[in-house]
Amino acid sequence: MFRLEARTSTPAWFNLALPLLAIGATLILCSGLIALAGAGVVEAYGVMFSASLGDSYAITETLVRATPMIFTGLAVAIAFRAKFWNIGAEGQLLAGAVASCAVGAIPMPGPLAMLLMALAGAAAGAAVALVPATLRVKFKVDDVVSSLLLNSVIFYALMALIEGPWKDSFSGYPISPPIEDSANFPVLLEGTRLHLGVVAALIAAPLIWFLIVRTTLGFRIRVTGENPEAARYGGIHVERVLISTALFSGALAGLAGVGEVGGVHFQVMSDISPGYGYSGIVVAMLARLNPLGVVPAAIFLAAVMTGAEAMSRATGVPAFLSDVIQGTALLAMLVALLFTAYRIRRVGVAK
Amino acid sequence: MSALFEQIFQVGFLAAIIRIATPLAFATLGEMFSERAGVLNLGIEGIMLLSAMTGFTATSLSGSLWLGVLVAMLTGALMGALHALFTVALGLSQHVCGIGVTLFSSGLAYFLYRLIFGQQSVPPSIKGFQTLPIPVLSDIPVLGPAVFNQFSLVYMAIIAIPLAAFVLYRTPWGLSVRMVGENPRAADSAGVGVIATRFQAVILGGALMGLAGAFLSMAQFNAFTFGVVSGRGWVAIALVVFGRWDPWRSAGAALLFAFVDALQLRMQASGLGHIPYEAFLMLPFIFTIVAMAVMSRNAVAPSALLKPFRREER
Repeated sequence: MFRLEARTSTPAWFNLALPLLAIGATLILCSGLIALAGAGVVEAYGVMFSASLGDSYAITETLVRATPMIFTGLAVAIAFRAKFWNIGAEGQLLAGAVASCAVGAIPMPGPLAMLLMALAGAAAGAAVALVPATLRVKFKVDDVVSSLLLNSVIFYALMALIEGPWKDSFSGYPISPPIEDSANFPVLLEGTRLHLGVVAALIAAPLIWFLIVRTTLGFRIRVTGENPEAARYGGIHVERVLISTALFSGALAGLAGVGEVGGVHFQVMSDISPGYGYSGIVVAMLARLNPLGVVPAAIFLAAVMTGAEAMSRATGVPAFLSDVIQGTALLAMLVALLFTAYRIRRVGVAK
Repeated sequence: MSALFEQIFQVGFLAAIIRIATPLAFATLGEMFSERAGVLNLGIEGIMLLSAMTGFTATSLSGSLWLGVLVAMLTGALMGALHALFTVALGLSQHVCGIGVTLFSSGLAYFLYRLIFGQQSVPPSIKGFQTLPIPVLSDIPVLGPAVFNQFSLVYMAIIAIPLAAFVLYRTPWGLSVRMVGENPRAADSAGVGVIATRFQAVILGGALMGLAGAFLSMAQFNAFTFGVVSGRGWVAIALVVFGRWDPWRSAGAALLFAFVDALQLRMQASGLGHIPYEAFLMLPFIFTIVAMAVMSRNAVAPSALLKPFRREER
């Protein structure tokens, strides 16, 4: 007989083992779809790997793809740490993209433009995240639903912009005017798309880790998330902590949008984010809400996305496999997390 | 302004409202059953998409529309069962699982569709549902052609609303659903199987979401495209809140949204409005967020929403 038993503590190696277990299970489950498409499983995954991590150019492409997901992953991780259920990273990303695009279109010296783009994008994302946080603190409105619904509001606002005032008057396409050339983020490696935003994301992760683990605010965020009553009893102003968390979370998601505008697209279009905000939830969960874990988790998803296109060309398996992998990985990780709460014990059959 | 009024009171306009409201009504009722039992199902967006795909495929391969509808409903029920497995049986967090179900179902829908139909320049289509005028009733002026000359799925939606209200408020099972959504511990003491009831409600909800998906790909568009659902699932989430978790009010909310949507389509087509149409599309979401803030004073959400039930925990 087996029995589930509550766990009091979890060993440290779980932080690495659980995501690997979830990813392993995901790849095994999804191999069924590859077989269904009539391709060799090993070959398909092989192409996926070599096209995303196999050579230095592929690695830079994967890093470029990972960048927005590092930012949204961090945004979700810090929010979920405080149990501020920010499902709105997608909308916050779009708001950041729009704001930075507006600023980047103003002629000014490059470095100043980039700085102001980042500030504007972060501020826009934070402003959007402030809405569900304020509603929760002031009116006890459920933040899951309000932050989710805001995504649609922001998306339609973006559409109204690019089909209205920002519409390309030449082509009639719903795309914004491009930002100034001087505002384009510098490319760090000749012949690649590796831009400044990638480095910013890689620096942001340890900074957010430091914020959560080593600062007073981080301590308050963690206590608020783990036990709000105790936090309040200990003199922590829980409402203020939630608002601060939301501002950080929204700003990070906004920066994801800044990176896409400044480093990849140089303008705003309706599909500037193929769901990076939602992917941020997958990334944060795979990372077990640890900011340092966000980087490898985002790189994994990015590798799957870039690799899937090459795999599709080589084997004929639809590239949409990457979407299935993303969803499966999230669900598998949630199940794997059960091992942190429970352990399976072998027990004798009760007489 | 008078031109606008003329537009509104056209039969075609009323019929369009009913048609737009139908998938929303199914989806909203589905989400409502799930939430009344205490389970938020954010998988709705993906479940509708996957069901739209499987229903379309089944019809496309078999030629039978009703087989397609059945397959779509079964798909929805199956994905509902998956969501229930994670959130009810395993007690995992409902919002994150819901996003997981949406990502998984949408991915699977895209993948399987591409696998079955390949990449075609003109997306394959089916001969979808045709309007079915109801004798006598369809001869009533204005109302007749608008309401009683519709797809059979529309009539199903019209019947589904009072039926849902009856099931929820007048049957023992409906009472169980409301109990496990409000106070699962008390329901458990009263001998109601909390886990089983929640499973049933989420599965029924999934089947209704599947029906919503079927309507989109088999009556409204007669094809499956990747944007066939395009946020209607999220709209349903909003409508349930706006309709205060009640079948009648939720259906009313769906009708109101459909009115706004039909109006914006008309204004776009006639070039009457200077307001961007996106402003109208935003409205239901903004209304809902405001309504949530206003309503929060008198809590109407099922008390046990988002809370997993484990018998041994107190």
